[in-house]
Amino acid sequence: MPRIPAPPLPKALQPRPKRPGQDVEAGAATPVEAGITVVDWLDERTALSPGIRWLMWRKVPRGINWAYTLGSATLFAFLNQAVTGVFLAMYYRPDAAGGAYESIRNINDNVFLGQFVHGMHKWGASVMIILIFLHMGRVFFYGAYKYPRELTWVIGVVLVILTLAMGFTGYLLPFDQRAYWASVVGININAGGPFVGPFLSNFLFGGADFNATTLSRFYAIHMLVIPGAMAALIGAHLYLVTKLGITAPPWLKPGADDTDHALAEAEV
Amino acid sequence: MPNRHRKTKSKYTADRSIPGSFEGETVTRRRFMNLAANGAGAVAAAAFTLPALGFAIAPIFKRQAWEWQPIGRPADFTQSAYATKVINITPGIGEAGNTIAYVRARDPSIDKEPEDQYNRWVALSSRCMHLGCPVRYVSAAQRFICPCHGGVYDFRGMVAGGPPVRPLDRFYTRINQSTGLVEVGPRYSVNNELQRFSPRFPGEPLDGIGQFLYPAQFASSSKP
Repeated sequence: MPRIPAPPLPKALQPRPKRPGQDVEAGAATPVEAGITVVDWLDERTALSPGIRWLMWRKVPRGINWAYTLGSATLFAFLNQAVTGVFLAMYYRPDAAGGAYESIRNINDNVFLGQFVHGMHKWGASVMIILIFLHMGRVFFYGAYKYPRELTWVIGVVLVILTLAMGFTGYLLPFDQRAYWASVVGININAGGPFVGPFLSNFLFGGADFNATTLSRFYAIHMLVIPGAMAALIGAHLYLVTKLGITAPPWLKPGADDTDHALAEAEV
Repeated sequence: MPNRHRKTKSKYTADRSIPGSFEGETVTRRRFMNLAANGAGAVAAAAFTLPALGFAIAPIFKRQAWEWQPIGRPADFTQSAYATKVINITPGIGEAGNTIAYVRARDPSIDKEPEDQYNRWVALSSRCMHLGCPVRYVSAAQRFICPCHGGVYDFRGMVAGGPPVRPLDRFYTRINQSTGLVEVGPRYSVNNELQRFSPRFPGEPLDGIGQFLYPAQFASSSKP
């Protein structure tokens, strides 16, 4: 099986050349059964390593800076929300008749590390909103949305909208006074749209007014519908970022010094 | 110029020299197989997508149930002060389904809308007509004041200031002849002339063009 060329190793990790007189290996002339690693076994069957190398080791322009990490930061905020959300779902009960608020209180007061996991989810939501808008601002002010990356931008804008929808649907779930009235006001804002607005509000309420299905409806949208769509769109977003490469900072003028040979090979 | 597109091919596959064609065959078996497989996939996908979609949007078309709820004896209500009554508008979710009705007896000197059997007691909904926060009646000022965005209503529930777009919603009221108790029925919305409309969401004006921009809801409760 042809071996994939390994990524360039730092000097400290490269195998040292044999010293003179040390090169005689016992049994080197006799064939031995070659071992196969788990990674080799998997790679032989999936051929994943070219894809991983394509994703992880790629050329980036010179002059990139910390602002280029905002996309990854947003991704990690999303992963934080996904992981803490999954575990919060183990204790949460979306029951408006008495159960939702009590289960959140139970998470905060009794469950081991419950307040921490809940806090990571709650504050992580705000962090994700902040990061995604900083990322959007970076892309906008660096002009990185221009040809050929328009579709990456469009998908990113959809992700912003879905993130805000996550914030809206998640806000109801603690089911305290603030959650209830904020959601009522938010749904009533939806109703202000002419013609379709009232029907949109009926859809969100699951009826004419806040009722027994509203909370479970928000819960399903919050933990199943939108996260699935977001995961798929993040995949498409990352594919396009990798496929098209990332833009140089706008203050680097294209010139003789900025051609292909000047591109730095870097790990992202 | 000869029209090339006019020169139609034969509809029989045998005449088009397609290998393996049968006598009288008009659709190749490969094409038929493609259509059948894609069609079967579409039918299978629709079989779970369409019911799920209908399941999700069905509440838009479901009428809300309501019932008359007794709130007190006629002597409990005066013309000059509001009584605060907790009523249930959504069964099954405990406290979250309750709301407040501010109730007083009709005062013909200020209530100019035509009297009928359903408004001998004026029952105002506490839902603010800006965005739906609960208003509070301040008896010293004789005003309803909303804590969220500063909506103010006068003693009759008409907009006195702030962002609300129409007067406070009302509930149908009646006297139950067999028990002698005042009862509260479904909610209705009013415009600035206090004409009755089926319940609308807050923030939807019902004067002028507003009543056409915001159609009546399928899910709203019906008249008594």
